[in-house]
Amino acid sequence: MSEARSVNEKAERWVKAVVEVLFYAGAVLVALLAGGLVMAAAGVSPLEAYRLIWDGAAGDANSVKETLVKATPLLFAGLCYTFAYRSGLFNIGAEGQIYIGAMTGTMAALYVPGLPGFAHLPLCIAAGAAGGAVWAGIAGALKIFKGASEIINTIMLNYMGIYLVSYMVTGPMKDPSGTLPQSARLPESALLAKLFDSRLHYGFVLAVALAVILYIVLNRTVWGYEIRSVGFNKQATKVMGIPVSRNMLLVMMVSGAIAGIGGYVEIAGVQNRLFQNFSPGYGYDGIAVALVGGAHPLGNIGSAILFGGLRSGANAMQRMTGTSTSLVYVIQATIIVLVVCNRYWFGGWKRRLIASLAARFGGDSRPEELRAVQAARETALNVNKGEGSR
Amino acid sequence: MSEEVIVSYLASAIRLSVPLLLAALGILFMSRSGILNIGMEGMVLIGALSGVVGAYYFGSAAAGVGFAVVVTGLVGLLFGFLVITTGADQVVIGTALNLFGLGITTVFGRSLLGMGQEAVRVNGIPSLRIPLLSDIPYVGEALFDQNVLAYASYLLVPAAAFVFYKTNWGLRVRAVGENPLAADTLGVRVHRIWYICCLIGGMLAGVAGCSLSLGILNQFTENMVAGRGFIALSAVIFGKWTPLGTMGASLLFGGADALQLRFQSFGIKIPYQFMLMFPYLLTMVALAWFSGKSKQPAATAAAYKSLADRNG
Repeated sequence: MSEARSVNEKAERWVKAVVEVLFYAGAVLVALLAGGLVMAAAGVSPLEAYRLIWDGAAGDANSVKETLVKATPLLFAGLCYTFAYRSGLFNIGAEGQIYIGAMTGTMAALYVPGLPGFAHLPLCIAAGAAGGAVWAGIAGALKIFKGASEIINTIMLNYMGIYLVSYMVTGPMKDPSGTLPQSARLPESALLAKLFDSRLHYGFVLAVALAVILYIVLNRTVWGYEIRSVGFNKQATKVMGIPVSRNMLLVMMVSGAIAGIGGYVEIAGVQNRLFQNFSPGYGYDGIAVALVGGAHPLGNIGSAILFGGLRSGANAMQRMTGTSTSLVYVIQATIIVLVVCNRYWFGGWKRRLIASLAARFGGDSRPEELRAVQAARETALNVNKGEGSR
Repeated sequence: MSEEVIVSYLASAIRLSVPLLLAALGILFMSRSGILNIGMEGMVLIGALSGVVGAYYFGSAAAGVGFAVVVTGLVGLLFGFLVITTGADQVVIGTALNLFGLGITTVFGRSLLGMGQEAVRVNGIPSLRIPLLSDIPYVGEALFDQNVLAYASYLLVPAAAFVFYKTNWGLRVRAVGENPLAADTLGVRVHRIWYICCLIGGMLAGVAGCSLSLGILNQFTENMVAGRGFIALSAVIFGKWTPLGTMGASLLFGGADALQLRFQSFGIKIPYQFMLMFPYLLTMVALAWFSGKSKQPAATAAAYKSLADRNG
């Protein structure tokens, strides 16, 4: 088969990538239309609202930076969901893990004094990672030892994490010199430096770096192969001699650690104090970020920026029109449905398009029927749900 | 502890169990047929909002419930279309439904009903005191001085048990949940059963939402379901996928919710945040305790293409 394919393999891969990107762009467009319908029904002019959202998200250099500020926690949350998803686990608990990571990171920042910045900041980030890892690890351990659904448990842990932070900032961690329910200000040595004299901070760089690292871990290491294999078929993986339970627990903990770092980064880069409800649901946004990013670490970068823009734009819209930013959830849900259902609704159509385009640009010598059969076979082999944007 | 405190605790435990029980029964119908509904939270939210909207625009609580049942029934069918006909991943679609429910109820809640102090309040579902029965000491007043939806939920438990275990259709539902292919070869129309179960699940979600918004608060507040959809899901697991067990679990979780509100009057001094955590913690403990011991329907969350639709 390979000699027949080698002619146009490269062209086909490119065509496939372009068609996929176009498809995702189309899904976003349809979702924005759906959001527009909801706004119209709620009595807001969609055109006006989208103009406000666009201005708020990308109107000038400042709003672009603000978009990246918002994209940072979303990227962490998306990577958190992606990593677990690739091994067949559903970590819906990024929100709680963000809160706990922010809490443990802030503890390290406030209660480990006298360290220079180059040692203090990494320590705080590690503390945030540990907090998130433990919080997600609870759900992971209950899953492997008790068979309890990690979906329900991570959601329950979200509520508990948020209440725990609420207790800490009104009680033990409350700023002794203030009256507000918030922690003391973090010392300079624990803060993330700003970029370009704006609210944008090095957390964004850290998040992008983490995406690249996760890409390498998932696709270029033995462990990455193992955990993807767990996601694909647990029985077969076990037969191959790969420890399934241990990997599942580890994946949950790493996934939680990613969200935990995201939580601390939000505090150290933007808020500078820990307080109640500092996250307006970044953890839940992460699910949409991951799915639109094709459950691919690098794809997450693009979708995090997209949803970051939507969030910061929606904030601007809420200020001007009073329409709730929750509209973003409607748009996200629509995108998720379109992306998840794409194989059923658009699979055959997309396959034919790719085959015919590849033939045109790649000079495919295979007859039409053979091409279609081979393409169908390839899709059938790639039904691994994590492999969306291969 | 005085009798009064106990009676009022029991009454509020029952009142708070009703939404859980209704939602859990909805999940039970879907779950016994093999459909995993993570999206109950969003469905109940949509039900809660439509109940208030219906009651406000049509002027009566009954119309509100009717409106909510129609709306969430349609949502249930939409969920069914996405997971049955399209065969999309049930967990992901459920998650999307939760996001959708949260988003759309917040946007429409604000634009239709206002928010904060100015939020619309409607006439709730009146409570109905049943003579004689409500005079039984302790439990009488708690059980039989409730609203109509509470009585409906009591009746739904034996009704569901009857349907599942004594009717042909119930047998088919359970068979599909265990092995859709086997059921299909015997002539059971798998997809039709699934759609009906999604419809029932959606409609019960609407009633559950109304029992929160029209039965307890008489208004809609943002994200008012607060995780009860998920707690209902674990009530089904905890109740070992039986109507009676589900009722017991719902009572337990509702009791925890009521206890959380009453820790202070019972003289237990712990920070309020820990009280708020209590129902969620209990859910996790119960889930961990029972997950290994009870067995879910074998074909849970399995996509299935019916034989008639297959080519060749």
